[in-house]
Amino acid sequence: MGLVATDRHGTLRVTMSESAVLQQDFSKRLREQKRGLFFRQIDLQSMILPGVIAMIIFNFLPLYGLTIAFKNYRVIMGVEGFFTAPWVGFKHFTDFFSSQYFGRVVGNTLGINVLGLAIRFPLTIVFALFLNEVVHSGFKRFVQTVSYLPHFISWVIFGGIIMQLLSIEGGVVNNFLIWLGVIEEPIFFMGEPRFFWFLAVFTGMLKEIGWNAILYLAAIAGVDLQLYEAAIVDGAGRFKRMWYITIPSIAGTIVILLIFAISGIFNSSFDQIWVLQNSLNVSRSEVIATFVYKVGLTQMRFSYATAVGLLQSVFAVFMLMGANFISKRLTDRGLF
Amino acid sequence: MAIVGKKDDRLFRTLNGLGMALLIFVTLFPFWYSTVGSFSEGLDFTRGNSVFWPNKPTLANYRIVFRNSEILQSYRVTIARTIVGTISHLVITSLFAYAFSRRGLAGKKIYATMGVITMFFYGGLIPTYLLFKTLSILNTFWVFILPALFNFWNVIIFSSFFREIPISINESAKMDGANEYTIYARLIIPLSTAVFAALGLFTAVYHWNDFFISLVFTTRRELQVMQVYLLKVIQTREAASAMAGGSVTPQEAGDARASNTRTIQMATMLIAAAPILALYPFLQKYFMKGVLIGSIKG
Repeated sequence: MGLVATDRHGTLRVTMSESAVLQQDFSKRLREQKRGLFFRQIDLQSMILPGVIAMIIFNFLPLYGLTIAFKNYRVIMGVEGFFTAPWVGFKHFTDFFSSQYFGRVVGNTLGINVLGLAIRFPLTIVFALFLNEVVHSGFKRFVQTVSYLPHFISWVIFGGIIMQLLSIEGGVVNNFLIWLGVIEEPIFFMGEPRFFWFLAVFTGMLKEIGWNAILYLAAIAGVDLQLYEAAIVDGAGRFKRMWYITIPSIAGTIVILLIFAISGIFNSSFDQIWVLQNSLNVSRSEVIATFVYKVGLTQMRFSYATAVGLLQSVFAVFMLMGANFISKRLTDRGLF
Repeated sequence: MAIVGKKDDRLFRTLNGLGMALLIFVTLFPFWYSTVGSFSEGLDFTRGNSVFWPNKPTLANYRIVFRNSEILQSYRVTIARTIVGTISHLVITSLFAYAFSRRGLAGKKIYATMGVITMFFYGGLIPTYLLFKTLSILNTFWVFILPALFNFWNVIIFSSFFREIPISINESAKMDGANEYTIYARLIIPLSTAVFAALGLFTAVYHWNDFFISLVFTTRRELQVMQVYLLKVIQTREAASAMAGGSVTPQEAGDARASNTRTIQMATMLIAAAPILALYPFLQKYFMKGVLIGSIKG
């Protein structure tokens, strides 16, 4: 081949080899140039550095740590154990599937979250729709501000307050129900397993409904007012306007949030469940997140607990993909 | 409901307003009830005499809580963690975001890819625990600070604000010989106080409220945060009654008689929630500013 060429700066270059080598030479120069740029930006790059180090240490190293789900890692093995522990394949996964806890833990996780999705998801939209109908803007802002407040309170405090309301020793809920004549003896709400799922759903809703309605309210605020005016001219009432204008206009937001909600049905709020759980209601309150913590860090079964946690993440990814796929088929909308 | 009559409209508005008022009541009443309880005499409260107002008001519960050295220690840990954690997070994350928002940053694609991966993949509890153990930050104050130093979501929010700042400011500053750090400190920070306030507030609330880190990664009592102490108090009656126990002076004995488990629990909760409840009305405009940003995060 011709052995004379010019590089991109127009310098005449003569090489003895073929074009591949030339190209190599180019890319090398390009890399050098980039490195030059890197060093010229040394102050900018030094701003990036701490973040990159933090990501590598706290986000990427644990991802490698997931491999112990397929190994038999014991704490005495120390750091080398991450590399040298014997591979056991899917043993920990099958152990979990065949254990007595599988049904209970997955059942509670799904029970609480599916029930929560069915109740909370529509009610949040309803709240947003009706809040939007409040005419007095000061009152509207006040309602909104108050509805966010519980979001900023920790689950320990919020759960603690709930327990006070439901207390068997003169809690206001029991007193009220007795006063109404609904019950004669106070009910031990926190100690009865059969109440737990509803308790989790209801307290979760009370705490987050205002916060979760924000995106809907923002979407509603963006709806073209002319549509409403036209509908009023056509004689559509308030509810018809909600149904035929507002809801279709915010359908995109609804679908996206629904996909996220569905992908979250294997994820419980550890904080919430941990606070509300006790030894009496544990049969209905043990979820994957609390199980992983107990098995992993109190029984020190690291590999097994990692496998259970990984399983939860994998389920979540499948749910996300599935919900996205179905939504694309049905509504032509999706996340990706 | 097809016809919009004036009467119909007024009825709807009234009912809707009442519904919203009920919602406000349901949201605020639990807090009010606990406040009343914390200022009530124990036995009287348990009998159900104080629901909307303390029937027999007393400060005994608060005196008991403030006499307890464990809660004061855990309060100190929480305050220290909130201050150090918030400032360090804002510095590290906003510096990254500033450089990230600049055009022509070498390696930008690599950094973006890394960041996006961190947003969607989580190593899980056990690998994180083993990492902290390997790094020897278990049972140290650093476990509160280091893992929370950086967060790519906040980078996205910061840099979208920084990008709005006109580049010409940057260029003229550079001509005057300022380096990037000077530009960041003298120009960028003063022009983006709103986003610093909003994200700072969210970070501070996270540190104040978090109990998971302390529960899982620390066992030393000196590192127990207030939320973990509170968890003990609300979940075990012993922890609450132990606070009132060991009375020495007549005053202490009197306080112990005037309180019980529930009212002490409520006083402890109120003290833990007080900063947020007290500041919320004043800071809520910053919360509001951060709200849309934050809700996209969540």
